[in-house]
Amino acid sequence: MTLAKRVIPCLDVRGDQVVKSVRFVDTKDVGDAVALAERYDAGGADELLFLDINASHERRRTMVAFASRVADRIFIPFTVGGGIDSAELAAEILRVGADKVAVNSAAVRDPGLISEISGRFGAQATVLSIDAQRHTDGSWEVVIDGGRIPTGRDAVAWSREGVACGAGEILLNSIDRDGTKLGFDLELVRAVADAVGVPVIASGGASSAADFVTLFRETAADAGLAASIFHYDELTIADVKRALAATGIPVRPPGSGVRA
Amino acid sequence: MIAIVDYGVGNLSSVRKAFAAVGARAELVADPEALSAARAIVLPGVGHFGHCAREFQRSGFGPSLLAARERNVPILGICVGMQLFFERSEEAEDEPGLGLLRGTVAKMRGVPRLPQIGWNRVRLRGSHPWLGGMADGDFAYFVHSYAAEPEDGVVLGTTDYGTERVAIVGDEGLLGVQFHPEKSSAPGLRLLAAFATAAG
Repeated sequence: MTLAKRVIPCLDVRGDQVVKSVRFVDTKDVGDAVALAERYDAGGADELLFLDINASHERRRTMVAFASRVADRIFIPFTVGGGIDSAELAAEILRVGADKVAVNSAAVRDPGLISEISGRFGAQATVLSIDAQRHTDGSWEVVIDGGRIPTGRDAVAWSREGVACGAGEILLNSIDRDGTKLGFDLELVRAVADAVGVPVIASGGASSAADFVTLFRETAADAGLAASIFHYDELTIADVKRALAATGIPVRPPGSGVRA
Repeated sequence: MIAIVDYGVGNLSSVRKAFAAVGARAELVADPEALSAARAIVLPGVGHFGHCAREFQRSGFGPSLLAARERNVPILGICVGMQLFFERSEEAEDEPGLGLLRGTVAKMRGVPRLPQIGWNRVRLRGSHPWLGGMADGDFAYFVHSYAAEPEDGVVLGTTDYGTERVAIVGDEGLLGVQFHPEKSSAPGLRLLAAFATAAG
């Protein structure tokens, strides 16, 4: 089977600038988001994820405008997330050219949001983003609002429920590993990937090409996501894909990008 | 003018922008009458086959698309738009397809996960003037749970997901791709450019 594993850079966006965040706390400007997106596209990114971290009420307008600008320049799939709390906002974002929307806290508060977006646009456009934190009893707890508020809900159970509501993909973020460069939380990924029948994107902790190799060798994740290690060119997508190809993991070769 | 059929379904903006990126002018057309002026037609579609078929018919495009086919206006079908070329789909037994090609659409079986989401290698099995620029082995972006099962020899490309799946179909006036060329980076854009050129 030649379906490639996907390498996905994540860009945290405020306005039209990329910011770097660690453990959901610090932020620091990295540069123009569309320009960085084009670099990633040329570098072999399989998809892009844009997370809007702007907390202001201007968010809706800037998100839609931003998504439209991305769609003018980028011809690989991209997902937009960050505070999406209505099917109307999802509709606007998809209408201007985004392929998927990711919902997180708003979906926890009202799982009907997942069903509504999925029902209108299809499961393939509906990503459930889950922030999970290791609980003292060994399970993982869902945390919302930028990793701040524990919900008392089990992440694995929530992933199942989200898929039942119509999510076509799970974006699984390990709060414990985010920004730490300690590698992906393989146990967490395994637990969710084994529980659901939709693709799972692993996120949080990537530090090296070897981390991606381990992720795909030891879990059923379909995609691996990283942010800051790519932003600062500590690691390139080509590095990751070279390592994956060398171990026989199917990847789409870099250099097949539009401007490569 | 390349007309992108706007029957309320699909990532129409991306298709239009992708054509623009290769220098071709494509417009979203919501009025079936306007198809008569089109020199080429793109039929998009995502999500549920039944929903697409219903909305397509409800929007009144049936007769004008068939008329365009009679006139040999080039038609490109994308994703569920390609599936609509066929007679029916297992996904919605009560909603017929357009019957432009003989055969059906069935759920993919024998796979670990559905939908197939991601990049997969396309193997070319035949040639077509609008496939120009796409090379055997190029990766394209797929998002689907159902795949075409054509009757006649219209299969021009396949991909391996569990087993061989139909990725490209076509005949003289028609090309259908299961993947999204507007999201398949350089190979996809090359396909759209070749289609735009063929359209004249």
